[in-house]
Amino acid sequence: MIPKEKLMEMYEKMVRIRRFEEKAVELFLKGALPGFLHSSIGQEAVSVGACAALREDDYMISTHRGHGDIIAKGARVDLMMAELFAKKTGYCKGKGGSMHIADLDLGILGATGIVGAGLPIINGAALACQLKGTDQVSLCFFGDGASNTGSFHEALNMASIWNLPVIFVCQNNLYAESTPQWVHQKIQDISVRAQGYGIPGVSVDGNNVLTVYRATSEAVERARGKGGPTLIECKTYRWLGHYVGDPGTAYRTKEEVEQWKSRDPVKQYRANLLANGVCEEKDLDAIDRRLEREIEEAVEFARNSPDPDPEDALQDVYIGEYIP
Amino acid sequence: MREITYREALREGLREEMKRDETVFLLGEDIAEFGGTYKVTQGLLEEFGPARVRNTPISEAAIVGAALGAALLGMRPVAEIMYIDFSTIAIDQIANQIAKVRYMFGGKARASLVIRTQGGAGRSSAAQHAQSLEAWYSHIPGLKVVMPSTPYDVKGLIKSSIRDDNPILFIEHKLLYNEKGPVPEEEYLIPIGKADIKREGKDVTIVATSRMVLRALKAAQALTEDGVEAEVVDPRTLVPLDEETILQSIKKTGRLLIVHEASKRCGFGAEIAALASEKAFYDLDAPIKRVAAANTPVPFAPKMESFVIPDERAIIKGVRELLG
Repeated sequence: MIPKEKLMEMYEKMVRIRRFEEKAVELFLKGALPGFLHSSIGQEAVSVGACAALREDDYMISTHRGHGDIIAKGARVDLMMAELFAKKTGYCKGKGGSMHIADLDLGILGATGIVGAGLPIINGAALACQLKGTDQVSLCFFGDGASNTGSFHEALNMASIWNLPVIFVCQNNLYAESTPQWVHQKIQDISVRAQGYGIPGVSVDGNNVLTVYRATSEAVERARGKGGPTLIECKTYRWLGHYVGDPGTAYRTKEEVEQWKSRDPVKQYRANLLANGVCEEKDLDAIDRRLEREIEEAVEFARNSPDPDPEDALQDVYIGEYIP
Repeated sequence: MREITYREALREGLREEMKRDETVFLLGEDIAEFGGTYKVTQGLLEEFGPARVRNTPISEAAIVGAALGAALLGMRPVAEIMYIDFSTIAIDQIANQIAKVRYMFGGKARASLVIRTQGGAGRSSAAQHAQSLEAWYSHIPGLKVVMPSTPYDVKGLIKSSIRDDNPILFIEHKLLYNEKGPVPEEEYLIPIGKADIKREGKDVTIVATSRMVLRALKAAQALTEDGVEAEVVDPRTLVPLDEETILQSIKKTGRLLIVHEASKRCGFGAEIAALASEKAFYDLDAPIKRVAAANTPVPFAPKMESFVIPDERAIIKGVRELLG
């Protein structure tokens, strides 16, 4: 039985992600944000379900499509938005941008723009916890594309032989950039790759937040109990293109996109909460309105924040006296 | 003072730091029971146990990635990459992740780790086990690159490297492990970023790295018969580079010969030559000269190998040409 408070928190986080991503896309299309942007709209249930199974002192590493994961682990949207705006007040002082947001105090060990690169790193976090004798666990998000990298295989093998407290969460959105899964790998369920490393693997509906939460909780419990790593594949869908500006139509049919949109993870969860009498519509509406304001305030904060000084570019390369 | 080998001095440095700081641990291929391919870590498993002296699979990306993850949580890992040639497998983790996390995350992360590896030719180990890739890594902002040439330096520098809060590529040389030299019993550290004048002279400055320091010293000895006093400067660390010591030496001698074992094109010698022409042009009485390996892969046949790698004769010839 999941406590009501937890159920409501999950709803709130899903809506926070959705509103943040919608706003970021809107701002990007208006030209307000530099660089490029990878939207995670449609994948909220994976981020939130998985992170809801973690404690605040557990660790997480995300990907280039990481806004949702980072919000789910508790990051502040004002600092995130300021980073997207490349402001001095952003999470990374404007040095990382959309793809590299980190909050080490919240256990967010960052996001990497290199597909698959987070998996070897999460092992090190888990190893540090193992060596220190804590019961913290570490979770790594990655996509279906990453499951074909050498890093994926090296990392799963190392995690398994060292029995590391790691949860590998694959956000299988069915496309590695534009390449459909059936073209880039012969298997349908990525979780079967766990067998090759002698660890448990499971494939779940990644659009159902409670399903993801339960699967991750089981894996977290096993990892905390020194039972080693787990591979969880969450089947989900990226509503937009690979990046904002890619309509995503060259390699996906309109019907397919619409079909997945009809399985909107946020709407589904909202309906679930109401159907089970967890809360009333007005409670959810109140959350929606509050988050609408929160995101508007985050944008205000970001807009009103100072730009970094150009010379700030020379700081933070090294720790200590040496400045290159 | 007692004399011990480079290998023994290095092992002493590792042992002392592991005793001093329990966050220091070692990981790499065949480093435990086997003691490492070049036997540097022999005996450390017995002393510190398998949790801190960790054998790994042949998975360089996972080794280096794990070191990064652990460092982010406050550990001080020393990852061994058996041959610098194998670091190519881990180059994403080294160049994209380790070197950049602190900067990308706005100065919040600390990647306090050492990657110990060895390079160099001279054992007929052919093109994939004998490269000198230090210039690659010196080119990546965020890394420090250390290249010790003597037992005294290797011990003092490994200790400083482990204590340094920045990621360090620590490049040993396969033909230096058996070299003996004076090493004090009492503890000492060598600052990273401080060159060493291995031999004083007034007629010509020879800047040499790693094993080429030994050859430069032999060449300098031979040149005394011509009445030439060569000054041999060992930068010891390429990043940060002790520009001052090099420039002062050029000011004194007016002539600069650079010697390294890496192939000449875009080798580290190009950087030193550029430094001298930018900052010591008016101190130079002759054009700068580089003695370096041919721009070929390292060949297998001993006769071909010694043909492409600079020897004493090449250094002597270079000096004579400089002196006209």
